[in-house]
Amino acid sequence: MKVLVPVKRVVDYNVKVRVKADESGVETANVKMSMNPFDEISVEEAIRLKEAGKATEVVVVSIGTAQSQDTLRNALAMGADRAILVEADGEVEPLAVAKILKGVIAEEEPGLVLLGKQAIDDDSNQTAQMLGALTGWPQATFVSKIELGDGSMEATREVDGGLETIKVNMPAVVSVDLRLNEPRYASLPNIMKAKKKPLDTKAAADYGVDVTPRLKTLKVSEPPARAAGIIVGSVSELVEKLKNEAKVI
Amino acid sequence: MQFDLTEDQRSFQEMARNFANNEILPNAEEWDDQSIFPEETLRAGAALGFGGIYCRAEHGGSELTRLDAAIIFEELASACPSTAAYISIHNMASWMIDRFGNDDLRARVLPKLMVMDHFASYCLTEPSAGSDAASLKTRAVRDGDHYVLNGAKAFISGGGRSDIYVVMARTGEEGPKGISCFVVENGTSGLSFGAQERKLGWKSQPTSSVQFDDCRIPVENLVGSEGQGFAIAMAGLDGGRLNIGACSLGGARASLEAAKSYMAERKQFGRRLDQFQALQFKLADMATELEAARLMLHRAASALDGKHPDATQYCAMAKRLATDTGFSVVNEALQLHGGYGYLKDFPIERYLRDLRVHQILEGTNEIMRVIIARKLIG
Repeated sequence: MKVLVPVKRVVDYNVKVRVKADESGVETANVKMSMNPFDEISVEEAIRLKEAGKATEVVVVSIGTAQSQDTLRNALAMGADRAILVEADGEVEPLAVAKILKGVIAEEEPGLVLLGKQAIDDDSNQTAQMLGALTGWPQATFVSKIELGDGSMEATREVDGGLETIKVNMPAVVSVDLRLNEPRYASLPNIMKAKKKPLDTKAAADYGVDVTPRLKTLKVSEPPARAAGIIVGSVSELVEKLKNEAKVI
Repeated sequence: MQFDLTEDQRSFQEMARNFANNEILPNAEEWDDQSIFPEETLRAGAALGFGGIYCRAEHGGSELTRLDAAIIFEELASACPSTAAYISIHNMASWMIDRFGNDDLRARVLPKLMVMDHFASYCLTEPSAGSDAASLKTRAVRDGDHYVLNGAKAFISGGGRSDIYVVMARTGEEGPKGISCFVVENGTSGLSFGAQERKLGWKSQPTSSVQFDDCRIPVENLVGSEGQGFAIAMAGLDGGRLNIGACSLGGARASLEAAKSYMAERKQFGRRLDQFQALQFKLADMATELEAARLMLHRAASALDGKHPDATQYCAMAKRLATDTGFSVVNEALQLHGGYGYLKDFPIERYLRDLRVHQILEGTNEIMRVIIARKLIG
């Protein structure tokens, strides 16, 4: 079984993001970029499936600028077998990403698509669900455990109030949550080997997808600065303020 | 001239930085405080290729360059110079076996060293032979299929804990040409250790004297040929000096970052410290000198990679400059922290204690000047 893992290049989670002066978005020039952390988890899971003999090939795909190659090389260094870069400049919305992925699926015919549940830049949390709808495949979202069966899989989902285990037929679209696994570091020899692994470059047009955004961003602004707190003198003063000023009790 | 890192080097750097930040930094204070040798973390690093960064791939080495190693050691040391420096020593000793050892010896000891199932120590210095290393007195006498070692080594990193000791001992005449290099395995009868040394820094690695009393080792454990030992020891040190210099860069960089953050928060006279021009100038000088030392170190590493005829001289220059600069930067960073810098609640004093010894070991900075001057004057 082939596993397809879409990965996204995003602003590194350690970076303190800054809004651009013209309020058109966040600053990405000269900012450290990395693989979306949820995608790292899906890459790790795919590699583990391969190591366990349950998958035969791990193909990673990224949709973005030429620099997304770095992200793909990173996935190859972790242990993916092959990479596809679908070049597209500017913002590509989840629906366009899902349509392109549908095209990639038609070519690659994977038995499983493993995605991060969301990307930490726009937090959309839509691509997996849209891809499920477009392909007509079963979907399991926010998955924290995967058990592959014969022609089906059991997926444990993190839902409000606990865990839910569902059975889905394969092929399926799965979006992964934080607790599924802990991604490995790429070893020095594997970083070297990643250079020699195949990386194909395609264009969005190759899949007949128009990536023009459907949404228009009016303005991106900083959240309001947090107001200074106060130190209360006693519990009764605290209760009084919670009741009459904050009006929460 | 190319000053930017390659794509691979950026990947090595990022991986080493992530490993340092996630696996080393959160524990470094405890390892220092309680003198813990972090074996599990070292093995986790070795699984990523840190056990034999520039050893050949045949027995599990990563087969990277000295420049790659310098980049990696700077990152590891930014979290804990002491732990990074032990990894450097392990790499140096392992490389000497890989480069000069016979195939049987390499096949026997390298696989476990590369994954750090076994730890390695480098044994040159003796109680009465420090800077004048070629005057060492430990003797190895051939007896049939064995060598019998007698003598003592001092200040041995990993002493008492390491599994493999790469030992320089005299097999012939006085001076450097009478010295040979041997692998002594822990457990060999006649091998014993002194008490653990009590040290200013470098507390996350054991240090002790190593004693040889009629210690018999098979002739196969000779590394290289008889009389080649001092040359092997010095070849190992070229790389060791780069690594230690890189460890100083890493510790100094972390201290500079800590000083920057502290100065952005601390207010005196109604202003943040980083708004005082006198202190800004101090930061500017620290950053400039650190960058200059890094350039020198990378230049020397490239020279060693390219087998430049003056590589040893460049390595000595880089070691001297990077370790002196590193200590002065961490010292300034402590000053910028004021009284808080002297407390263990801030990490600066740990970096200061760790970096101080880099000016002493792998050849003192005075010996670095001897090497450089010898080349200059001839």
